[in-house]
Amino acid sequence: MIRVEGLALRRGAFALEGIGFEVPEGEYAVLMGNTGSGKTSLVEAICGLIPIEAGRIELRGEDVTRSRPAERGAGYVPQDGALFPTLTVRDQLAFALRVRKWSRADSTRRIEELAELLGIGGLLDRKPAGLSGGERQRVALGRALSFRPGILLLDEPLSAIDEDTRVQMHDLLASVRRHEPLTALHVTHSSDEAARLATIHLRLSGGRVVCDDGPAKAAAARGGEI
Amino acid sequence: MNGVSRESAGRGSGGHRVRSDVPFFACGIAIAASYLLLIAAFLAADAAKISPDHLLRALGDRNIRYSIVLSFITCTVSAILSVVVGIPTGYLLSRYRFPLRRLVDAMIDIPIILPPLVIGISLLILFQTAPGKWLDWCIVSAFDLSGLNALLAACGVAPVRRVTYEIPAVIIAQFAVAGAFAARALYVAFERIDPRPERVALTLGCRRSQAFFRVALPQARAGVVTALTLAWARSMGEFGPILVFAGTTRLKTEVLPTSVFLELMVGDIEAAIAVSLILVGLSLAVLVVARLFGLERLDGGGGV
Repeated sequence: MIRVEGLALRRGAFALEGIGFEVPEGEYAVLMGNTGSGKTSLVEAICGLIPIEAGRIELRGEDVTRSRPAERGAGYVPQDGALFPTLTVRDQLAFALRVRKWSRADSTRRIEELAELLGIGGLLDRKPAGLSGGERQRVALGRALSFRPGILLLDEPLSAIDEDTRVQMHDLLASVRRHEPLTALHVTHSSDEAARLATIHLRLSGGRVVCDDGPAKAAAARGGEI
Repeated sequence: MNGVSRESAGRGSGGHRVRSDVPFFACGIAIAASYLLLIAAFLAADAAKISPDHLLRALGDRNIRYSIVLSFITCTVSAILSVVVGIPTGYLLSRYRFPLRRLVDAMIDIPIILPPLVIGISLLILFQTAPGKWLDWCIVSAFDLSGLNALLAACGVAPVRRVTYEIPAVIIAQFAVAGAFAARALYVAFERIDPRPERVALTLGCRRSQAFFRVALPQARAGVVTALTLAWARSMGEFGPILVFAGTTRLKTEVLPTSVFLELMVGDIEAAIAVSLILVGLSLAVLVVARLFGLERLDGGGGV
C-alpha cells in the first residue's frame, strides 16, 4: 500500500501542496500529468530522495516520512534507468542483495528468476554501455524488483523507448505483476500506457492528485484488472 | 574533408556556397604546433648543449642517485596523499551545496595562486607555532613507531628527527601544492558523473558510504588516475617551497629540482642540464606507464 497525505514540497520555484492519494495493496496505479507538473518530484519524495515540507508518506501501512531512502524498501525505476555504468547486468541485479547480505545461493537463484522473467538472461555479463533502451529498462526493472520490495515506483520508465519496444514492455510489466506481488505507482504522460496497465488512474494537475475512476475511487478501481 | 563535396552540392541547391574547412584545420594545427615546437625546441637545445658523457657522469654521482630515489619516493607519497585528500574534497564539492561551499572552493585555489616561496615560508612559520610543533612530534613519532626510521638507517640515511629541513618537509611541501591540483581534477571528474545512479543505490538499501564506494568511486577511476599523475608531476616539478621549507642538504633533502639548483649554483651548467633531462625523461616514462596501466581496463564506462 502506498499512501500520501497532505504532502508539500518545494523544488526551486516549483511547489506542490496538499497532495494526497492512496494505492491499495496489489493495485497498479498510473499517475498522469503534464511535463513539469511535479510527477518526478512526487516519486522522488516517496523514495525519500528529496525532502518534503509537510505531510506523511506510508508504505505497507508503515509511516516512512522520516525514514532514509534505504529503509523505505521501495523499488525505484527512474527515467532511462540510471544503471550503474561500471557494473555488469548480473551485478546490477545482485546489488541490493549484496547490500542486504543475501547468501550466494539465494542471490544466484533470484538473479536467474529475474533474468527469466524479464528476458535478460543473455545480457547478464554485459555492461550498460552497449544495451538498447528497452534492455536498459528491463535491467532497471530487475534491479528495482531484486530484493522483493513489494512496492514499485516507476518514473516515466518507457519515455525514452521506441514504440514497438514500448508495447513489449507493457506486456512485460503486466507479466511482472502476475509473477511478483506488487503495489505500483507508475508515472507517465502516455494515456496509452495508462489504458494498458492501470488498475487505478490518477492524474496530477493544478498541484492536486485526482482519481479518474469516479467517486468510488480505489474500491471501484479494484475491479479493473487488466 | 567534406568541404569539397558540400561545396558543389551547395551550389546546386539554391546558391548557398559553403567555404572550405581547410583554413579552420590549418590555423588550429599551426597554433597547436607552434607551442609543441617551443617545448621540443628547448628540450633539443638542452640536449645539444651536453654530451652523453655528462648524463653518465650525473647518473654516476652518488648525490644525484640519492636525489632521483628521494624524488620518486616523495612524489609518490605526496601524490597518494593528494588523491586521498582530493577524493572527498572533490566529491563533497561536486555533490552537495553546503554553507561556506564557495569559501572552500576558493581556498583550494590558494596553493595554486600563491607564489611557491610564500608557501615555503608559510609552512616554515606554521611548524614553529604550537600546533605545528605538535604535528611535528606526531610525524616524527610515526616515523619512529612505523619502523620507517629504522629502514632509513638501514639504507644509510639519517633518521627523521623533525619535519623542517628533513624528508617530511619535502613531502609536505610537495603535497601542499599537489593536493590542490588533485582536488580540482577530482572535482571535475565527479561533476561529470551522473548523480542519479547513486540516488538509485540509496533506494536499493545503501548508506551514503556504500553508494559512494560501490557506484560513484568506480566511475571516477579515470579521474583518479588523472589526479594521481597530475599530483605526481606537480610534485616532481616542485622547488620553491622545498628550497625554503626543506633546505638543500645533499643526501638528505635533495630532490631533482634541488640538484639542478645546486649544480647551477656552482656554475656547472652541463651537470644542471644533464639532471634536468634525467628529470624530464624519468617523469615522462612514469607518467606514460601510469596512464597506460591506470586506464588500461577502462571500457567506456561513461553510460548512455
